[in-house]
Amino acid sequence: MFNNIINGIKSAGKGFNLTLKHFLAAKNSREVVGIQSDNYFKQQEGNVTIQYPHQKLPIPEVGRYQLFVEMDDCIVCDLCAKICPVNCIEIESIKSTEAIGQTSDGTTKRLYAAKFDINMAKCLYCGLCTTVCPTECITMTNQYDKSVQDLDLLTYRFSPMSEAEAEEKRLALEKQQAEKLAAKQAAAQKK
Amino acid sequence: MNHYLLNILVALALFTFVALFTTFGVYAERKVSAFIQDRLGPMETGKYGSLQVFADMLKMLQKELITPLAADKILFALAPIIIFVAVYLGFAALPWAPGLIPASINVGIFYILAVLSIETVGILMAGWGSNNKYALLGAMRSVAQIVSYEIPAGFAIISVIMISQSLDLQEISKQQGILSAENVKFLGFIPVKEVGGILAWNIFRAPHLIVAFVIYFIASLAESNRAPFDIPEAESELVAGFHTEYTGIRFALVFLAEYSMMFLVSMVGVILFLGAWNTPLPNIGAVKLADWTTGNIWGIGWIFLKSLLLIGLQMWVRWTLPRFRVDQLMDLCWKVLTPLAFLCMLISGIWRLWLM
Repeated sequence: MFNNIINGIKSAGKGFNLTLKHFLAAKNSREVVGIQSDNYFKQQEGNVTIQYPHQKLPIPEVGRYQLFVEMDDCIVCDLCAKICPVNCIEIESIKSTEAIGQTSDGTTKRLYAAKFDINMAKCLYCGLCTTVCPTECITMTNQYDKSVQDLDLLTYRFSPMSEAEAEEKRLALEKQQAEKLAAKQAAAQKK
Repeated sequence: MNHYLLNILVALALFTFVALFTTFGVYAERKVSAFIQDRLGPMETGKYGSLQVFADMLKMLQKELITPLAADKILFALAPIIIFVAVYLGFAALPWAPGLIPASINVGIFYILAVLSIETVGILMAGWGSNNKYALLGAMRSVAQIVSYEIPAGFAIISVIMISQSLDLQEISKQQGILSAENVKFLGFIPVKEVGGILAWNIFRAPHLIVAFVIYFIASLAESNRAPFDIPEAESELVAGFHTEYTGIRFALVFLAEYSMMFLVSMVGVILFLGAWNTPLPNIGAVKLADWTTGNIWGIGWIFLKSLLLIGLQMWVRWTLPRFRVDQLMDLCWKVLTPLAFLCMLISGIWRLWLM
């Protein structure tokens, strides 16, 4: 019985000692350093709170957070939209009447992107789209802090074309196809 | 006429003190718990979050007073008032300094115990009046706990009273220092009436009172419904216990009662065991530390400081120990604390007869 009492007092004492140690260590605060720092895992004492909007942990430049598309390099191949497990990328392409230009790695662009929407609310940050992209134009950036007032603002629209421009391109394509068809029919009639 | 005015002023002063202490207590509690858990606690409102409690009070004042449809409206509305007033009345009989006591009652400690028991009725009213199963369970647990723990606490107090032979808190305070009218003996043998200081405190006049003090302290934790005895509120089981249905200012009153109760039980503990408003510094030869640090202003300072230390201990206990189970709670009370308290009372009798 007395053993029980002594053990009880001992274990309670250990608990009190532990909380007291943490209480006294509270005068030390964790330094706000990123994972790159050698000190990152060595800060075992003191309070761990990072007062977020006032203090931010530095993040690596190559962080993989939100998606970004460099539209000048995009050939609108639609691979990213196909691989996406949650279908958060929506692409609508329009064939151009002639080669538009070249991407920075020398691929010829033949499609206009009338629509290139990424819904970041659906995105699960798996990064599959960045690996399938043949021109490496879709990348993940180190931007993570994006809160919005309206859910619609989480749909990032990367297409540089306005609705009117897209309509113009569509009409041009139709016109060219009509001309081609007419030429074909004319050629067929000649035979 | 002046007499009544003075009474009202004293009551107002005590209420102001209780309210201010509660704001301080809530802030301290949040900070202590945060530091123990390696957090920072409130930091946004005011410098280091110092205005957080005032912001919370402002929020509570603005809230709607919701009475549940099925509640017993009278009991529900009265309960927080009774809970708070019961604790608040207890402050009337507590001495602050050699010449400062709001109401000098010759049955002071008896009055405090009696008035504090009324709180139980308030808690039961709150639980029953809410017409909510969690509130009722919480209230029943609370009442069972408070009624049970009043027994060891009562006997621990009786063992002090047997030593001091008085129910008057001012008289008990006077005996523990250089202002004593009778002889004070350290450990029952060495006369220390002239020396005073820590040596003359009750726990050193009769060392078995250290055990009584521990019993009283544990029981006082249970009586103020604080962890590890917070099964009446047990947020993981009962939402918030008896005050589940309360909102706004009524909830604030329950909170006010809890923190005033903390201060009240700490102060009673200090008065009975830790030398009340007497200084801990003894006279050493020509260095009359005890004489220099005894007086009305010093008295207020000492008793406040000692009570704050006990409250700090209460908070430390709360954030260290996990909650008791119901059966363990009753086990501790009836099988451990009550027999020990009886033993203390027995030793007190022998001590009084043979050594004093």
